[in-house]
Amino acid sequence: MTTAKPSSASAASAVWRQRALGWLSDYGPYIALAVLLVACAISSPSFRRPQNLINITRQISYSGIIAIGMTFVIIGGGIDLSVGSLLAFAGSVGIIAMNHCDNPALAVAVAIVVSIAVGASCGALNGALITVGKIPPFIVTLGTLSIFRSLTLYIANAGLLTSKHDLFARFGGAIILGIPLPAWLLLVLAIIGAIILQQTRLGRYICAVGSNERVARYAAINTNLIKFSTYVIAGFLAGISAVMLGGRLSSLSSTTAGLSYELDAIAAAIIGGTAMAGGRGSVIGTLAGALILGIVSNVLDMWGVSVNLQGTVKGVVIIIAVLIQRQR
Amino acid sequence: MPEKAAAILLETDSLAKAYDGVPVLSGISIQVRPGIILGIIGENGAGKSTFTKCLNGMTQPSGGRVVFLGEELRDLSVAGAIAKGIVTIPQEFNLVSDLNVYENIFLGHEPRYAWGLLDRPAMRAKARELLSTLNAQLDPERRIATLSVAEKQMVEIAKALTSPCRLLIMDEPTTVLNQREVATLFTVMRRLRNQGTSILYISHKLKEVRDICDEVVVLRDGQFISHDPASALDEAEMARRMVGRDMSQLFPPKGAPPADAECILDVRGLRVTGLLHDVSFSLRRGEILGFAGLVGSGRTELAETLYGLHPVQSGSITLFGRPYRPASPAQAIAAGLAYLSEDRQGSGVLVDFSVANNVTLSSLRQYCRPFISKSRENARARHYIDAFHIKAPGYDAPLRSLSGGNQQKVAIAKGLDTAPKLFIFDEPTRGIDINAKSEVYAFIRRLVDQGISCLLISSDLEEVIGMCSRIAVMRAGSIAGEVSGDHINEEEIMYLATGVK
Repeated sequence: MTTAKPSSASAASAVWRQRALGWLSDYGPYIALAVLLVACAISSPSFRRPQNLINITRQISYSGIIAIGMTFVIIGGGIDLSVGSLLAFAGSVGIIAMNHCDNPALAVAVAIVVSIAVGASCGALNGALITVGKIPPFIVTLGTLSIFRSLTLYIANAGLLTSKHDLFARFGGAIILGIPLPAWLLLVLAIIGAIILQQTRLGRYICAVGSNERVARYAAINTNLIKFSTYVIAGFLAGISAVMLGGRLSSLSSTTAGLSYELDAIAAAIIGGTAMAGGRGSVIGTLAGALILGIVSNVLDMWGVSVNLQGTVKGVVIIIAVLIQRQR
Repeated sequence: MPEKAAAILLETDSLAKAYDGVPVLSGISIQVRPGIILGIIGENGAGKSTFTKCLNGMTQPSGGRVVFLGEELRDLSVAGAIAKGIVTIPQEFNLVSDLNVYENIFLGHEPRYAWGLLDRPAMRAKARELLSTLNAQLDPERRIATLSVAEKQMVEIAKALTSPCRLLIMDEPTTVLNQREVATLFTVMRRLRNQGTSILYISHKLKEVRDICDEVVVLRDGQFISHDPASALDEAEMARRMVGRDMSQLFPPKGAPPADAECILDVRGLRVTGLLHDVSFSLRRGEILGFAGLVGSGRTELAETLYGLHPVQSGSITLFGRPYRPASPAQAIAAGLAYLSEDRQGSGVLVDFSVANNVTLSSLRQYCRPFISKSRENARARHYIDAFHIKAPGYDAPLRSLSGGNQQKVAIAKGLDTAPKLFIFDEPTRGIDINAKSEVYAFIRRLVDQGISCLLISSDLEEVIGMCSRIAVMRAGSIAGEVSGDHINEEEIMYLATGVK
């Protein structure tokens, strides 16, 4: 229903209120990040040490890279619970493959290619089950979460898979211009992701499918292909994250690698303003969300808050973020 | 009932309502006598729905008084309104599709045994009794999902009548009904009126308002315009009062394709499993072929088949001289087809997307090289906003901030942006106001004059009769007959649509 033109002072203030709320939900994550950063820097000298800040960027980069993929999946109207297990599986297969090579440089290249290929293929499996199999994403990825973890435990005999090449650790621990390689990757991938989402047909179609799949189908969009591609993107990025995580310590634990990363990734996307119902979100927002989560857990460490309590704080942050979204 | 109390059932005094300080209703003073049907008409945005929401407790008026049966209503809740006998049948049905008829009728106030469990036999018996007073041949055990739209409406009415009802509010009840179903509904409404219930009847369909209402109130831009006996107003006068100017010509003059115009679409013996059988028709360049028929007769399914949404089982389609068997909407668009869906918000436009992003949704490829050129998109959106007089705050405004008529224009722009040669309109004016309607008719006429051919599907007989020189009538998934020229009239179409004289 249309309304008449605003004609009174209260109408004008209502318009302003609407605009302010819209502005808040568009820029909320960045404002929150800036406030958090300034508050922590002022309150804690050890927080603002450059080495600590660099550590934060490294800590968030593994689940942050996954969160970029999660952003695409959620905007497209889906969810991917399997990414943490998928990371462990892709990384493990990568390490096993590299240990078959004797040339260190070739071995690292094999690890990269194999992990990413396995990640993308596992993502494609999720996507195929969801689109062709017409099974809800929650169910499919809950199933593959279990499958990928179990396969990882099986091939690693529930233990640690270690690379026999030192180059792998040098690669994973590389620092360029003072910033760790995975943090650079996170930044670059976030920028590429943002461009895909905002400037390409694929990105527009993902938003359209997540906003209303039926409308998208009637607008001649191949909705199954679009949904499928979001899971491939998520798997591909989980593969990249797997290489980085494996390279960090030159090994992967089949029991804990990537454990509950899917929750961190979902949380980063939601805090960054991605609508849980799909159709709307931003990759740069997700990056801000990942940073917020990283800073909160870092500063809690600084304050000596029990690690066991940090999940509570994270949960509160997520709920507040969604409350702010709903005010709109 | 004492004569004194019966004089006035409901009275509003300077009723006003503002949302966020924006007035949408002001100074409405109306009296409603018992046992009448009062039509409330006005364009979209005139305040009709807001007015009824102030009466049924959905919203609180921001000024003025509502007096019902001599008692002022304050801080009315929906439950409070129902308890007083003010019952609303909503525009969108509130039925739970997985429950059956009687469970829906008693939803929220189920009869129970003394020990707390549901008294299903009582519910069944009472539901059957209610439905029979409505003359509805409906099994109370049927699941809502299996009912037709008209049957669902009967369930809504039965639900409304479970509590004693003094004032029944009906918001656009006939939008989705065919003529026969409308006649049944009107019989029920007259019976209720004769039993002393008053009905507030909101509708866009002026002919129906004239048929069923005793009195008519006209609202415009949130203001009261007039309150007269229905017999004192003809449709033209109602329309004039609604828009504030003369609306003598709703339909543009009919044009006929040139005698030598070639056949661009030829459908022979089309069959789609479970939906269509033996559908044959043809369309010439620059022609508007109307499709009439009852809801569920296969018109939309035919359009969707041509648009590549249902697989063709057998039969042949020739489009622009070439065999055509679309497997997806993308192929249909590539072949030069555009389809305006009957379900605007369900499958037509993305309400969260901006005007510009909606307009380019089907034609986005043209704007990519390889990145989307937002400036070209926005320029295109501005072009359509100007050409179609789309009332929008800007090309970047989300569609949910536009009225239904303007959303529909955006949906048409989206189809046009793929440069179609054949445009299928499915209920192009459903739920939009009379000004937007006449604009949509003018667009369609302009397209046809430019050599684009059209299929026009509509349940509004006036519309197909006013726009088309040839009308195919569908019944039960196939074409029951065609009428053209002097044979076009409502009786002939209804005969073909229903199979009964």
